[in-house]
Amino acid sequence: MKNTAKKIYIAFIFLFLYAPIATLMVLSFNASKTRAKWGGFTFHWYSRLFQNREILEALGNTLLIAVISAFVATVIGTIACVAMTGMQKRSRAILMGITNIPMLNAEIVTGISLMLLFISMGLRFGLGTILLSHITFNIPYVILSVMPRMKQLNPSTYEAALDLGASHVTAFFKVVFPDLLPGILSGFLMAFTMSLDDFIITHFTKGAGVDTLSTKIYTEVKKGIKPEMYALSTLIFVTVLLLLLLINMAPAKNRAPKNIQK
Amino acid sequence: MKKRNKIAALTILALSLPIALTGCGSSQGGDNGQVIVYNWGEYIDPDTIEMFEEETGIKVVYDEFETNEIMYPKVESGAASYDVVCPSDYMISKMIANDMLAPLNFDNIPNARKNIGAQYFEQSQSFDPDNLYSIPYCWGTVGILYNKTMVEEPITSWAQLWDEKYADNILMQDSVRDAFMVAEKMNGFSMNTLDSAELETAKNSLIEQKPLVQAYVIDQVRDKMIGGEAAIGVIYSGEAIYTQRENPDLEYVVPEEGTNVWIDSWVILKDAPNKENAEKFIDFMCRDDIALMNFEYITYSTPNDAARALIEDESIKNSNIAFPDLSQYQNLETYVYLGEDGDSLYNALWKEVKSN
Amino acid sequence: MTSKNKWLSTPYVLWSVMFIIIPLCMIFYYGLTDKTGSFTLENITAIATAEHAKALWLSLLLSLVSTVICFLLAYPLAMILSNMKVNQHSFIILIFILPMWMNFLLRTLAWQTLLEKSGVINSVLNFLHLPNINIINTPYAIILGMVYNFLPFMVLPLYNVLSKIDENVLNASRDLGANSIHTFFRIILPLSIPGIISGITMVFVPALTTFVISTLLGGSKILLIGNVIEQEFTQASNWHLGSGLSIVLMIFIILNMIASAVFDKEGEGSML
Repeated sequence: MKNTAKKIYIAFIFLFLYAPIATLMVLSFNASKTRAKWGGFTFHWYSRLFQNREILEALGNTLLIAVISAFVATVIGTIACVAMTGMQKRSRAILMGITNIPMLNAEIVTGISLMLLFISMGLRFGLGTILLSHITFNIPYVILSVMPRMKQLNPSTYEAALDLGASHVTAFFKVVFPDLLPGILSGFLMAFTMSLDDFIITHFTKGAGVDTLSTKIYTEVKKGIKPEMYALSTLIFVTVLLLLLLINMAPAKNRAPKNIQK
Repeated sequence: MKKRNKIAALTILALSLPIALTGCGSSQGGDNGQVIVYNWGEYIDPDTIEMFEEETGIKVVYDEFETNEIMYPKVESGAASYDVVCPSDYMISKMIANDMLAPLNFDNIPNARKNIGAQYFEQSQSFDPDNLYSIPYCWGTVGILYNKTMVEEPITSWAQLWDEKYADNILMQDSVRDAFMVAEKMNGFSMNTLDSAELETAKNSLIEQKPLVQAYVIDQVRDKMIGGEAAIGVIYSGEAIYTQRENPDLEYVVPEEGTNVWIDSWVILKDAPNKENAEKFIDFMCRDDIALMNFEYITYSTPNDAARALIEDESIKNSNIAFPDLSQYQNLETYVYLGEDGDSLYNALWKEVKSN
Repeated sequence: MTSKNKWLSTPYVLWSVMFIIIPLCMIFYYGLTDKTGSFTLENITAIATAEHAKALWLSLLLSLVSTVICFLLAYPLAMILSNMKVNQHSFIILIFILPMWMNFLLRTLAWQTLLEKSGVINSVLNFLHLPNINIINTPYAIILGMVYNFLPFMVLPLYNVLSKIDENVLNASRDLGANSIHTFFRIILPLSIPGIISGITMVFVPALTTFVISTLLGGSKILLIGNVIEQEFTQASNWHLGSGLSIVLMIFIILNMIASAVFDKEGEGSML
């Protein structure tokens, strides 16, 4: 009895989370242009999508920004994590406090502050300014996912590698890096997702003619959204979903005991 | 090592997507540089941009704004260096006052004088006294679009936007001057008033109206009216033809209290990095065939007489909605730039309305 | 590790000074000066004017309500999930991150479609002969949008701390005669405080400062403090006032940060 209640509850939450997504997917097959009416089933918007230069350009920008900013943030963030373990407690606490600012601060404040900075620097707003902003808000996500791994590291293995004649760099890549890798990858992924989903900060730091999907959608919302956008989102979502399912159906023997919590 | 696999796979996906997609996303411009255009949303036929790029080899970087008020700070901050902008009358006079515009060289824009009706240049003198800075692109009125099946009597007056019958069925414009214009005209004031008592009355009218308003929107009014989401909406005349085509129940009317006559014109910014390309772009837009394409796409009244002569459909060519004879209406006005203080006053009052 | 690593912190330190500290200083500079560049507190005290105070009050109210709703929805969910023993820690996390791959604006816009007068939900209600709901363009729709968008940020930290509670502790509590209500209030709830605090922070701040949700689901009829600030920058072009109001907003954020630092020293309640 109790289990049924639990299942119903989970089902309710999932309905709540995924109902709008399902709605968008349905809309992507709606032959009528307005959201209000169902005009029959069509693949029209999917074919139109690949002829829509603006949307494809925005998609290209979005992914380019997400990949580059996540990558740069991962590099800077990982190095920062390594560096912080060698720091004094006090300075480390200060640096971690600063790291938390972009995560805890309001996005609108972060966005505005970066806009003011770029204007005062006389930078031309465009891809570059968006990238700088995305890297800035991505670094904390990387640090927060690498740091726990870093704390679990056994420093003696690194020292042992040095004693055995490895250089610092070799010792790092052979001994430390493999242990950090899961944290680095999940940090990268987190950063990638955050960059992909960001609207507010991009809204304040974007320049003429450079749109990401988010800013494109925001302008379209105001003048009537094009159904191609639903088609594109459906494609992105389904790709990620399929990939997830695929990985989860992988044979159970892949499961390492490490991941079992209890 | 399940987690690691999963993350690795997602990462690979993440990395491979852009490589696949940037290929088709990027488009290269010609060798003649670029021109950065800042225009209203849905205010051009995208094909004309492509034609311009093909003919001249100049790449067009195209950006859109929703209201004059959103456009101005972006241009003013200099964060994005635009070349060509298409503001409305009062905003042009504000930009002239703040020395943001470059005088145009009409020799490089021969199509302007050739194709655009002299009366529109004359009309422009209210905000650009010597016709130095602007070339008209579109003009029109602001009026009411209503759904004949959803109202009980024909709509003829702004005052009907205060009728409780239509509670939650009214769409207002989400821009300060247009919203205040409606209230000011309803109360019989000038839409350029700075009289504090009049403004107070207009503000109170808007506050009184707010519970009846379904939403404050800009271009969304078009889709919402077509979809039958609301009965009455404040809209620009240029949308009338398009919306009627999509939903024959809709009717456009210029209210009897009078309304705003506006002109949106091309201007070149003083700090424009590509002035020559900007002139070429404006000249191209003034060409009769291009202006015709734009008219047919956006259905806003074109001041381009040569383009109007090319319209084949006689009913549209002589349509009272597309090309109204303005002498039939009374109390028409054009927005005037109210100065820094006037702007802040209106903004503050509008904020009071919105936060109420 | 060794002190040789010290120079490694340089890139990040430089980066954070350049793109975190200096930008914040700029907000303070603009917020504390007027158009002529001289010092003023006017932009800060402007919060007391009727329309700003109203917007701030409404933002606080709506974000508080949504945070509470998020908490009430998420806590049972996190408990159920953490007891499922599915060994799929990362899968559960991904399920909640997955919606983020559908653009945030589109997801919110979808609620417009669902809630509209002739929208999906009302059509279903009509079909079942139930009364219609008309919450679009009201504060209720905004609360719904906030709960919807920020629920994962509450679930994930709660799930994280709850799944880390050692089962032996719970067994011990039961062995010592505590009933399940007792165990919950004496053991589970106190142990999950870091997650609760982190969740509250992650929901409250974005809800307090949003301007997108209120625009999309409020029909531009409801002005939150985020909308006011956004419009000062993008429409009224009064950066000084916008910055001043941002400073006021940051006071609430800092209070939030202090609270989370006090209760969650080890960073246990993180999302990941």
